[in-house]
Amino acid sequence: MSQAPSAEQQARHDRFERVWGNRPGWGALSAVNHTTVGLRFLVTGLAFFLVGGLLAMLIRTQLALPEQEIIGADLYNQLFTMHGTVMMFLFAIPVLEGAAMYLIPKMIGARDLVFPRLSALGYFCYLFGGLIILSSLFLQIAPSSGWFMYTPLSSSEFSPGMGSDFWLLGITFVEISAISAGVELVVSILRSRAPGMSLQRMPLFAWYILAMALMIIFGFPPLILGSVLLELERAAGWVFFAVEGGGDPLLWQHLFWLFGHPEVYIIFLPAAGIVSTLIPVFAGRPIIGYRWVVLAIIMMGFVSFGLWVHHMFTVGIPQMAQAFFSVASMLVAVPTAIQIFVWLATLWAGKVRFHLPMLWVMGFLIVFVCGGLTGVMLALVPFNWQLHDTHFVVAHMHYVLVGGMLFPLVAGLYYWLPHVSGRMPSDSMGRWGFWLFFIGFNMTFLLMHLTGLLGMPRRVYTYEAGLGWDWLNLLSSVGGFVMAVGVATVILDIVLHFRFGRRAAPNPWQADTLEWAIPMPVNAYNFASIPEIRSRHPLWDQPELMQSIPAGEHRLSRIEDGRRDTIGSDAISGEAREVMHLPSNAWEPLVTAALLAGLCLSLLLKTYTLAVVFAVLALVACLRWSWVNGLHPRMAPRDRSGELPLHSRTTDGPGRWGMIVTLMADGTLFASLLFGWLYLWPVAPDWQMPEQSPLSVWGLLGSGLVLAGALGLWWRQVQGAVSVGGLGLVTGVGLVHCIALGLTAFDAGLAPGNSAHDSILAVVLAYLIFHSGLTVLLTGLQVFRVRHGYTSRALPYELRVLHPLWGYTVAVYWISVAVFLALPAAFGGGA
Amino acid sequence: MLPLAGCSGPLSALDPAGESARSAAWLWWGMLGLLGTIMLVVFALWFLALRRGPAKTEADAGRTARWWIIGGGLVLPMTVIVLILAFGIPLGQRMLPLPVAGGEPLQINVTARQWQWQVNYPDTGIRLTDEVHIPVNTPVDLHLASDDVVHSFWVPRLGGKLDMIPGHTNVLRLQADEPGTYRGQCAEFCGTGHAHMQFRVVVHDQAGFRRWQQGVRE
Repeated sequence: MSQAPSAEQQARHDRFERVWGNRPGWGALSAVNHTTVGLRFLVTGLAFFLVGGLLAMLIRTQLALPEQEIIGADLYNQLFTMHGTVMMFLFAIPVLEGAAMYLIPKMIGARDLVFPRLSALGYFCYLFGGLIILSSLFLQIAPSSGWFMYTPLSSSEFSPGMGSDFWLLGITFVEISAISAGVELVVSILRSRAPGMSLQRMPLFAWYILAMALMIIFGFPPLILGSVLLELERAAGWVFFAVEGGGDPLLWQHLFWLFGHPEVYIIFLPAAGIVSTLIPVFAGRPIIGYRWVVLAIIMMGFVSFGLWVHHMFTVGIPQMAQAFFSVASMLVAVPTAIQIFVWLATLWAGKVRFHLPMLWVMGFLIVFVCGGLTGVMLALVPFNWQLHDTHFVVAHMHYVLVGGMLFPLVAGLYYWLPHVSGRMPSDSMGRWGFWLFFIGFNMTFLLMHLTGLLGMPRRVYTYEAGLGWDWLNLLSSVGGFVMAVGVATVILDIVLHFRFGRRAAPNPWQADTLEWAIPMPVNAYNFASIPEIRSRHPLWDQPELMQSIPAGEHRLSRIEDGRRDTIGSDAISGEAREVMHLPSNAWEPLVTAALLAGLCLSLLLKTYTLAVVFAVLALVACLRWSWVNGLHPRMAPRDRSGELPLHSRTTDGPGRWGMIVTLMADGTLFASLLFGWLYLWPVAPDWQMPEQSPLSVWGLLGSGLVLAGALGLWWRQVQGAVSVGGLGLVTGVGLVHCIALGLTAFDAGLAPGNSAHDSILAVVLAYLIFHSGLTVLLTGLQVFRVRHGYTSRALPYELRVLHPLWGYTVAVYWISVAVFLALPAAFGGGA
Repeated sequence: MLPLAGCSGPLSALDPAGESARSAAWLWWGMLGLLGTIMLVVFALWFLALRRGPAKTEADAGRTARWWIIGGGLVLPMTVIVLILAFGIPLGQRMLPLPVAGGEPLQINVTARQWQWQVNYPDTGIRLTDEVHIPVNTPVDLHLASDDVVHSFWVPRLGGKLDMIPGHTNVLRLQADEPGTYRGQCAEFCGTGHAHMQFRVVVHDQAGFRRWQQGVRE
């Protein structure tokens, strides 16, 4: 605000800060607020970036001259494995998630994400998981079979140490944060936009993040499944990827790249979202072709799931498949080109103001286009056969990832810095940082294309002199160090700006999006009142919002019952539907994450008794968390008499949406498991299908019928007959099903140590028992909640949340019976 | 043949000595020319876009935009894709181990293990390590397998690479134009010995190849 806030405004601000602020001192660890959690993600991610960069410096030092032995082969392998792992899993994804978590509520006019405690849990899982993975480097037992962990190199026979376990367990632990961020962002974007912000009026950034979050939901589960299977193979001797016993190492490659390729777009989309946000602002006009961009985003999301095989063109798969994936890989150029030309058209039609963030956007355009074009080259199979796994690919990949992610990220950092600090970045030092980085980057990686064409393979720790690679490598290393100086300059610039930057005027870049209506530096609650949005560019078309929001002229301008709340709206039209009350500072996330870290560590150390203890404690913590939820008096306010109902008194609140999105991820995991079965059966060289399934048909059918009966009884409860007795009966019948299923599984006498067939069946049974058990447990909990009056005929919200889980559990049960029992029987055993 | 002197080297894919490698090198120069031009044009357009003034009217802006988006976002990439595939697919087809008119190609089995190459000629029973001998101008089918982890067989001057995967056998067709010695290198990361997992391919003229076979057998 240009004028000082009025006394009334200041008083309102103080009231909001009391409710929304973090606790002082160590209590800040209980913070769940998206601003705090988002910034923590960003700062932690940047710290991991520095670690990853340091590893890159060591790699470039070793490769600077031929035949050097500064770093031996084993350590070098650890370094490049960790460089890739840290940059991908601990920097790129979390940082972008953090940026999205920070920005999304502010851009869509909400006060927080809809599951604040989940954000905090995700953060701690990320932090602890990242530290566990990094610790392996300091103990010099880091994973060393590449960030792609190809089996059998990563299997216990060829990587006997703990390195691979660190990777598999640590990454899976970190993935909890990705999935939780995915769920949270999808539901928040769909259900908590400011009233009137229909999908059509949503800022493009939110479209990009929605696509990214959905891609996380569908992209990460294959990797999680693959990691779990590989860890089972390593730790328990089960068979999935070993040829002997009926596995196939190619299954790992499929699962890995089923994740790995979408992941590239998971990284690119939010970055492109930053570009699509900045370009219109600096061109001083709305983006040209909003619908085209939305279309391109959606197309990218879909196509990116059809590309994974282009990482596997040299494994000897059928020609037809190669042609298909080759065309699909090239087709991704279409949505990319649409976006590039939309940006170009916007700049063309606008009057461009050239500030520091724009410099990084231009850097992005140059570097990324270059990387995209070499990507088209590599999608051509006969060319790929030559250049695959050479330094040409290293160069291409860095052009795409650094160009497509880091340049826009830094542009965004500079652009939103004033939002956090209230100060403007320096112009001169920022320019120095950019040029050093840009020149260093191109010096390193442009030359590296030629290094690859001259035949230098990837992942070699040294090379002979006289192969034509000497000068190229030396220059690449020098360029790498110039780039490092650039990074240091940018960091120094940002640190200094907090002290010396000049004060930013309100909405310093004259932007159109709502986050700039928040007084700077940022507060804890975003908006003192939540406005009605009437345009795609609220701050351009409704400039009065800059004053009227902090002046409390819109909705929810009063704190009621001392609680945090925001508006829930219709997923499509954006009409206000309910008041969402949100949790305040809480310790559950930290406690749960710490227990999960204990579980992860005890699995690493193979102390399985301890692991069971931690798993049980983590489950208890989760149940406790879920208990203090919904209509529990510590969570839900008294019923209010406003125009909008409280979400916990509706039947379709965010919890139900969260459940459905989570089940989409869960279903993808299950589908990946089906893929594994249907892949190994015809393809694995030593696959053995027994004449008759070891599972008892009658056991499975009987147990399944009991489950169907439980579902019928449950249905009546959800339909309105809510009672302690009724829910108790559902729980009891469900329990009978669980016991019958457990007995059937036990009775089968599976030998997963001997055959891939039995291993997969064992995993499927464990999956089914887990889901049945969880569903029954949560239903049992409802018995008590009905008794406490948190759920009732008039307040069926929690049953509605649980309802999709019941449907899912029954569905996966019968699909499993069909695919794992009926299908082999139909095609005759022994095949 | 060689547009640049700096492109030669014992492992250079740009210094081809076999048909597959030559096709790949041509694809490289062709795509570099085509895509490089597109890149420069796009950069130039941006530069112009930054310099020029704003559009006069919103209708003007809309027209330009449609032109840019349909031309640059749809027509351009589709044309480029069709063009690249039209050249690339036939060239790729010729690299495959298709039946050879008038006879069977020479079969050589190569089994990789950490960190060496076991070479075996099934018709003569000759066994070698880290060395492959082939006759010039003759199609050769390398049957590639692995005893332990994934490796990849690659002789850049002769042709593309193919992975060697436990439990699978892949067939790579190579054909050399001129006698000489060519270097090969494992291209899939396979552990601490990866960098040094090399081999050589010795290409003999026909008579020389027969002499070599006899010499080994004696």
